Amino acid sequence: MSDSATPGSPFAPHTPDETQAMLDVLGVASEEDLFDIPDDVAFDGTFGIPQRSEQSVRARADKMLNRNANLTEFLGRGHYSHYIPSLVDNLSIRSEFLTSYTQYQPEVAQGFLQVLFEYQSMLAELTGLEIANCSMYDAATALGEAATLANRLRKTSGHRVLVPKAISVGRRDVLENYVDGSEMVVESYAMDDGNADLDVLTDLVDDDVVMIYAENPTVRGTIEEGLAKLGKLAHDNDAIFTLGSDPVALSLLEKPSDVGADVVVGDASTLGIPTSFGMGLGIFACREDFLRQVPGRLVGISEDSAGMRAYTLTLQTREQHIRRERATSNICSNQAWVALRAAMHIAMLGPDGLVDLARDCVTRPEELAERLDDISGIQAPVHDRYHFREFVAHTDQPAKAIVSDLAGKGFAVHRVGEHEVQVCVTETNAIAVDEFVAAFEEVA
Amino acid sequence: MFYDQARWTHDSEDVYEPLLSEKSTKTVKIDESPLPPSLTRDDLELPNLSEPELARHYTRLSQMNYGIESGPFPLGSCTMKYNPKFTDDISTIPAGAVHPERPDETIQGTLELLYKLQDYLGRIGGMDAVTLQPPAGAAGEFTGILIAKAFHEANGDDERTEIIIPDSAHGTNFATAALAGYDVVSLPSDEDGRVDLEALEVAVSNQTAALMLTNPNTLGLFERNIEEIATIVHDAGGLLYYDGANLNALLGRARPGDMGFDIMHYNVHKTFATPHGGGGPGAGPVGVTERLAEFLPRPHIKQHKGGYRLYDPEQSVGKVHGFHGNWLVLVRAFAYIDRLGDAGLADASAKAVLNANYLASQIDYDVPYGPFHHEFVASAGDQDAADVAKRMLDFGVHPPTTKWPDIVSQALMTEPTEIENRETLDQLATAFNAVVGEDDDVLESAPSRTAARRIDQVQAARNPRLSWHALETED
Repeated sequence: MSDSATPGSPFAPHTPDETQAMLDVLGVASEEDLFDIPDDVAFDGTFGIPQRSEQSVRARADKMLNRNANLTEFLGRGHYSHYIPSLVDNLSIRSEFLTSYTQYQPEVAQGFLQVLFEYQSMLAELTGLEIANCSMYDAATALGEAATLANRLRKTSGHRVLVPKAISVGRRDVLENYVDGSEMVVESYAMDDGNADLDVLTDLVDDDVVMIYAENPTVRGTIEEGLAKLGKLAHDNDAIFTLGSDPVALSLLEKPSDVGADVVVGDASTLGIPTSFGMGLGIFACREDFLRQVPGRLVGISEDSAGMRAYTLTLQTREQHIRRERATSNICSNQAWVALRAAMHIAMLGPDGLVDLARDCVTRPEELAERLDDISGIQAPVHDRYHFREFVAHTDQPAKAIVSDLAGKGFAVHRVGEHEVQVCVTETNAIAVDEFVAAFEEVA
Repeated sequence: MFYDQARWTHDSEDVYEPLLSEKSTKTVKIDESPLPPSLTRDDLELPNLSEPELARHYTRLSQMNYGIESGPFPLGSCTMKYNPKFTDDISTIPAGAVHPERPDETIQGTLELLYKLQDYLGRIGGMDAVTLQPPAGAAGEFTGILIAKAFHEANGDDERTEIIIPDSAHGTNFATAALAGYDVVSLPSDEDGRVDLEALEVAVSNQTAALMLTNPNTLGLFERNIEEIATIVHDAGGLLYYDGANLNALLGRARPGDMGFDIMHYNVHKTFATPHGGGGPGAGPVGVTERLAEFLPRPHIKQHKGGYRLYDPEQSVGKVHGFHGNWLVLVRAFAYIDRLGDAGLADASAKAVLNANYLASQIDYDVPYGPFHHEFVASAGDQDAADVAKRMLDFGVHPPTTKWPDIVSQALMTEPTEIENRETLDQLATAFNAVVGEDDDVLESAPSRTAARRIDQVQAARNPRLSWHALETED
């Protein structure tokens, strides 16, 4: 088919005769007569977008995207690549899942509702908290929602939100926007060798603090060692303790409920979606007594009129289609299909597979850092801590030059300071580690 | 009958597809770890099944779920239309799977595709600049309202504390305004179902930050007085915000920018046919006029020396997503627009409007107001709209949105979209009409041909059981 052969929408099935018959039923001469738009606001131009064949569109997109440089990425800082089992790709695109909508008629949406219920259950197990919602957009928006939750729980008592100085710019920026409509202010606390500085934090905290946020692992890849103390500090000052993490890390690291976390946020896009320019899957879990204040959708168990177990969206009186401006959040469309993929991925790995993956996330960066540390002009890691997936390395050369020279040799790393780069290693780039180390040796 | 749901059940069991946890779980002790025990959890319990078992589990669950490829899905305001398969393939081109923090010069292809989508959306909406960052429609609303706020603040105009919203608007409008810290002024509709101009004159003041408006509105009615509405709001110093949820009705016929709107969001997953995925991901790009472009989220994409680069607009509102939004959705939208072009987009709207009006003419329920664009709201009259919906499920179709907007009693908000042929519309009408006049006991016991019978929503809310751990503690 040529690019110009199809004058109408290829996805509208009407034949000319059918269109005419329907117009006859309606008693109008043409489709244009159905549009009730005053002349003075009617659009009589064109967009200047030609119609193309399917083949042509695919070829165009292929050509465009292949202009991206072919780099092996050693990048992380909140967006990670793990191998996705074929089962996830193959079954998640079944059209009954992919092309369905929010489960407003649960009687014909039991399949997706059960998947989301299983997703909620797995997050409850991973976090140790009783409640997990069906998803937020990403870690940053989940953090913003955690702050507004804390504000609702605390009502008017307190307005300060404390976050680590080492936090990704995106998360900090989004949080600032979420608290923009309230009296809350965001403040940073200092870090001590890649972990939260407890002494500094203790001096900062008073009863005006509404939420303390920490991450494990941190954005610099370090594993936090003082979480229980952070949790106690928060609770001693009547503040909500929110912990940021991801399902892979949660399978191995300290259980959030054991260190006093009231809320867990983070990104589950670590499982189930490929590297996709930062697309996320925000997780949100919390204590049972926050139930009525939780943002987003929840799936619960009920029964049908035949007495059979059934699943349904529940507690919708928190949501904006019922409560409008008094809703707990404005989130409506969420990341349900991505949650489905994450649930499939976790189920596919099972507990052994997930914990093994997490153990590898500790050993791989340790081994790679040792090899880089052997290179003259590189000290790695800069933090004397345990690491997860990634670490920061000091470079005697300017980091900018290192990043650029590495790109010339086909590798991408983050520049995080004048003389600091950050390196992330998982099973998806492990095969290139020898070449990467060799390239580093040449540019250092 | 279009669609009969799989029902995986045996009479002796109270479940029709067991939870993964009921099939098999395993507890792993975390004793062999490269970390000291003080930094690790003690154990982890998760489902433990083989790949064939999982393949059957998810296949069975998919068979108990209704999608747009199962049958018609006329959910008003949700715009459920067919998602072409080739857009799925384009979204997964390997060269497009890049990390969000790669240097600009190494992701020129990604930036070019997104820049072209920005440009397409700008032309379609009549807007001067477009950001793709908001990950959903409501996130787009939030972004737009943050831009309005930043604009007023930049003008030293910080007394504007109110957002005006018609009572028929989407609930997200109200929640978004509240999240951004505004007081909501609710605007009643007039007897034609449109904005009441006199009420608007009363509502606007020097405290008005913006009016949020959907056009056509949720009743499917075009706001014919849009120019006067724009004048009233602008004269009061406020901005006009366009909720793009119903843009599918206007493609090639009218543009928000030409109507006087300053800010708009696009629900690309609705208008440009990307799968809704059971509730997301979506994407909610935001378009603005020239004077607001400096407030767009950072980073923004622009052409630079024959290539593309990311930059931070001078007075940016900051970020509304950790990275760049929902790439997989944006790529699909680009591919869809590129496929249809001017002629296809205009035809999509024509057929959507034709289908809505045709279906409205074929059903026996009262359909107040009119004339309609992409959707209409019928009234179930003496019947309960939720019961009508449940009964329609027995005819193998997905029912319309129910009980909203509440300016129509027992509302059945119906949007067939352009993808249905006349035969399907007639069958939808048959399902509607079969329910008219049915006895209450028939309605209240429906549905009877679905995987689950009528579900007790009250029990679910009164006794919240939100994970399989909650089931274990009951035993």
